[in-house]
Amino acid sequence: MATLTRKEVEDIALLARLHLEPPELDAMQEELGAILAHFRTIAVVDTSDVPPMTHAVPMDAPLRVDVPEPSLPAAEALRAAPRRDGDLFVVPAVITGPSGPS
Amino acid sequence: MTTAAALGSVADTVRRIADGEVTAAALVEPAIERIASGDGELGAFLAFDPTGARAAAAAVDRQRAAGVPLPPLAGVLVTLKDNLVTAGLPTTAGSKILAGWIPPYDATVVERLRAAGAIILGKVNCDEFGMGSSTERSAFKLTRNPWDPARVPGGSSGGSAAAVAAGMCIGSLGTDTGGSIRQPAAFCGVVGVKPTYGRVSRHGVIAFASSLDQVGPLARTVADAAAILQVIAGHDPRDGTSINAPVPAYAAALAAGVAGLKIGLPREYFEVELEPGVREALDRTIAALRDRGAAMTPVSLPHTELALPAYYLIAPAEASSNLSRYDGIRYGVRADAQDLLDVYRRTRGAGFGPEVKRRIMLGTYALRSGYYDAYYKKAQQVRTLIKRDFDAAFAQVDVLLTPTTPTAAFPFGAKSTPLEMYAADVFTLSCNLAGLPGLSVPCGLTAEGLPVGAQLLGKPLDEATLLRAGAAIEAAVGLGDRRPGGARGPGGASP
Repeated sequence: MATLTRKEVEDIALLARLHLEPPELDAMQEELGAILAHFRTIAVVDTSDVPPMTHAVPMDAPLRVDVPEPSLPAAEALRAAPRRDGDLFVVPAVITGPSGPS
Repeated sequence: MTTAAALGSVADTVRRIADGEVTAAALVEPAIERIASGDGELGAFLAFDPTGARAAAAAVDRQRAAGVPLPPLAGVLVTLKDNLVTAGLPTTAGSKILAGWIPPYDATVVERLRAAGAIILGKVNCDEFGMGSSTERSAFKLTRNPWDPARVPGGSSGGSAAAVAAGMCIGSLGTDTGGSIRQPAAFCGVVGVKPTYGRVSRHGVIAFASSLDQVGPLARTVADAAAILQVIAGHDPRDGTSINAPVPAYAAALAAGVAGLKIGLPREYFEVELEPGVREALDRTIAALRDRGAAMTPVSLPHTELALPAYYLIAPAEASSNLSRYDGIRYGVRADAQDLLDVYRRTRGAGFGPEVKRRIMLGTYALRSGYYDAYYKKAQQVRTLIKRDFDAAFAQVDVLLTPTTPTAAFPFGAKSTPLEMYAADVFTLSCNLAGLPGLSVPCGLTAEGLPVGAQLLGKPLDEATLLRAGAAIEAAVGLGDRRPGGARGPGGASP
């Protein structure tokens, strides 16, 4: 029995930036429901006085000396771009005007 | 099986080249031939690099000719799981979303292997972004288990385990987020080491779950795995979670034996249903260790059954965040669409496979506003309970012994639901949640002739004790010169 509604699955897919076809949404609704039902076993564990683990091996945040170091050259960083224009990544319009994408 | 016989140990390879018995070029050619003729059937390689391998071999031979002292892995033939980035060599992590991507830099572990004289033969198959337990979730191909081509090699480092078992390389680097080195090592009859979290740099590892991922070696013997770990372990300032602690000489631990060693047997790992061949192999292993003077002690890890649900909330949550970088903008594949949101959605919808989508969805759900405390935080609290179990056990014993997997390698298609597949990792997940080192070593064959793995779990940074106990298991109940397909290695007769 699915424990997620179709609307919830669609909302999560949007948050995750995943386009899912209708059959994928059907499968996801059923499978995620089953997985989440199984995972509710941890909900009954008393963890009221247990701190959440933040790091498996305790360590301080490391700092390095504040001096510039070489980084990836722009040409290298851009080499694998699906679309580029000179030293820029090309993307569809991000800011839309009143009459749609400008 | 000529190459399987020709590939000696790490130590033999380096010594033979140093002594002038053989050149690196002469070692690399039959390996290239063997891969060219045999990998079509095995399916281990995603990117085969004979040109790079020949160049690396020539460099080793020039060092030898110049009288320069040879580095520790000179001429050692290796492969790399395809989620380790390699400058100039395609890297996909088994995903279509990275098809054709050529990284601009080497992962730290790759740099270290190259500097140590290792010869990289290519990149090997894995479940997409390391998410799977059979390598069936690779977007590109199936990899077969060399012991039985109708069965999976395990996963997600299945290409690594299969390539080592088939004698195509001496060692391979894999990654282990919930068992992805140890489980395929067990299924393919090789040794696999998952180091302590932070022992090996993650710089240049394509991230799956950052608080759990570790790189480690797969090799035919414990000594070979130790030699490779020696090279890749140690602090890296480019990884903020890298531990700055000295790396001991692992080879020195190997011959120590197990006399006086306190080995814990966690009852929760033996009370569950085990395939008979797995149980028998573990029983023989326990008896052999006791005979050699180890003190075998029952211990309890009471929160073991919570590891699976905790892991499958934490790992997808971290994955959903890590994989947000694949958006079709800076590298990888881009789907055409009118607006930016649609570029993201269409690129990711077309580029990710079903298991990756499932985990991104699960992780996004668990991290959603209002759900964080009930899922992710709760799972992190359970993780503390699991770590405390191990701390209590290690107050009594030096190392823990368990089966690596409940069954030997399963046939293709045998795990039909996600939950069934997740259960294949039931014995390996806790180690990652607690950040501990783990090792799988072959401890015999089932009646069907499939390898069984024994898992050792150790105290943080105590890889040396795992290698020491692993070498003892290998000597007592290991596979010796038994090889896939009934072939025997150096010193044995081929039937």
